[in-house]
Amino acid sequence: MLEKMGAMRTAYGEALVELGANNQRIVVVGADTTDSLKSGMFGAKYPERFFNLGIAEQNLIGVAAGLAFGGKVAYAGTYAIFVPGKCVDQIRNMLCYADLDVKIVCSHAGITVGPDGGSHEQVEDIALMRCVPHMRVVVPADAVAVKSIVKAIADIPGPFYVRLTRGVIKGSNTPIVYENGFEYKLGKANLIREGSDVAIFGCGIMLPEALRAAESLATKGVSASVIDIHTVKPIDEEMILKYARKCGAAVSAEEHNIMGGMGSAVSEVLTDQYPIPLKRVGVNDTFGESGEAQELLNKYGLTAAHIEDAARQAIAMKR
Amino acid sequence: MGMATSQEITRLQDLARNTRKVILETLAEAGSGHPGGSLSAVELLVTLYFYKLKHDPKNPKWPDRDRFILSKGHGAPLLYSILAQAGYFPLSELKSLRKLGALLQGHPDMDIPGIEMPAGSEGIGLSVGVGQALAARLDGRPTRTYVLMGDGEQGEGEVWEAAMSASKFKLDNLVGMIDRNGIQQDGLTEQIMPLEPLAAKWRAFNWNVIEVDGYDYLQLIEAFDTAEMTKNRPTMIIAHTVKGKGISFMEWSPMYHGTAPTKEKMEDIYKELK
Ligand SMILES: Cc1ncc(C[n+]2csc(CCOP(=O)(O)OP(=O)(O)O)c2C)c(N)n1
Repeated sequence: MLEKMGAMRTAYGEALVELGANNQRIVVVGADTTDSLKSGMFGAKYPERFFNLGIAEQNLIGVAAGLAFGGKVAYAGTYAIFVPGKCVDQIRNMLCYADLDVKIVCSHAGITVGPDGGSHEQVEDIALMRCVPHMRVVVPADAVAVKSIVKAIADIPGPFYVRLTRGVIKGSNTPIVYENGFEYKLGKANLIREGSDVAIFGCGIMLPEALRAAESLATKGVSASVIDIHTVKPIDEEMILKYARKCGAAVSAEEHNIMGGMGSAVSEVLTDQYPIPLKRVGVNDTFGESGEAQELLNKYGLTAAHIEDAARQAIAMKR
Repeated sequence: MGMATSQEITRLQDLARNTRKVILETLAEAGSGHPGGSLSAVELLVTLYFYKLKHDPKNPKWPDRDRFILSKGHGAPLLYSILAQAGYFPLSELKSLRKLGALLQGHPDMDIPGIEMPAGSEGIGLSVGVGQALAARLDGRPTRTYVLMGDGEQGEGEVWEAAMSASKFKLDNLVGMIDRNGIQQDGLTEQIMPLEPLAAKWRAFNWNVIEVDGYDYLQLIEAFDTAEMTKNRPTMIIAHTVKGKGISFMEWSPMYHGTAPTKEKMEDIYKELK
């Protein structure tokens, strides 16, 4: 596990091309970043169903909404920094209020955008999208999951926000967690590793880090469950409560502000139904800065070592 | 298409008179809402719905229907009174506008028959119209899409993003309309955020621009017909109108942008409606 690498954006482009072959309703709209996002692969194959709207993100979402009103399933996306914040009005008042078949897929979320710096490091998007009624929020852990998710959501009516990472290693790659495949089920989390002392909930590129933390803890006699909360909304309450009961302590790990993200969603479930200690690993309510992805992950506390540390603290807080 | 007969114009005039009355009665009953920008565009929308638009109130989801998008969602009382007269829902529904549990929400939503887009936040409708027009073209449907915006709404950047994209895609199945009543919420558009030269702006964005007197049926009819015959370009109809049109104390009054008439005022209003 975690030896292989894959690029989420390439998986996105391939998924779109495959979708487009069998489903004439699929259309793709972009905003001058379609080469980078690989949605241009769809455009090369099906130019009549591909619309580049230029640097105009609010229009991107509005046009996608119109296409959906006209019976299409519209995939719309650009870099994450330019959509959930800039277009929250269009997303709230159009996509979600009218429950439209628009699938927003954004890349370059989180601090691993790297050298571009704080202006481009989107660490609030899960929070922004999670609180809008009707919106579903998905954070794939690797390229395999991206492909499965992007294809599956075409058949699930209504709006989605899918959050991709640019890459951690050499520009575009992230470790593959799902070497043996991934089948997307809306709202069903995946148990990756079974343990009994602490439950680690991860999503996106923090899932591999959670697995590394669990391996390291195991060598020290601590048994950790690792669960992929790929769908932050609707969240899998059943799975969270099952492992809360089993382990009695929990950690969440995400490449997002610790406020309002996946960890907050998990803590909402726990505080409502089965309160146990939860330590949230994430960006600590601050903006990012320029640097290489790995340097930033180290500096902002987003590594296996930080998760391991949080696990020990959570276990120590058990009553 | 073709020249309208005087009979036809009389029919539109009657519909407009009734629409104005329903709007004012509805707002007086609701106790809140936006009369000014509802009254200003009565003739424009009456002409669109009862002369031009291809739609079927008995089959609101007919795929080939034309689409009307009200981008200035606060004009809901106008649209609702037209949809009721067209037969989408009973006129009696207007009595509960803005009330708890009502079909007719303060601003349009998708649960209301005949509504093509939820609205309330200005600036989005033209983008949605672009998407609708693209979808119709992809499917080879004859659908034409009409979008009504306010003049104050022109301040939204997204309007101009949509403007560029509509001309990029040569959307001759898209018609924009601006209710050029000169007033937005805080006052005169030319003081709050000057728009002139507005027609030249739209021309510069490669739209076919038609300016009309918003109360002259022949001009309105000709504008809609010309738009339909125009190829390779979207059309923008700028309708010169009067905010609060038809009721003397509401005309040109920024206060009546968002203040409903009281029930006591209805007596004066009935006198003016003739
Ligand atoms: C994005 C947005 N900002 C502010 C408002 C609040 N608002 C409602 S109506 C209005 C003025 C509208 O003026 P205009 O577009 O000219 O419409 P009209 O005069 O035709 O009523 C404002 C500011 C809104 N509905 N949407």
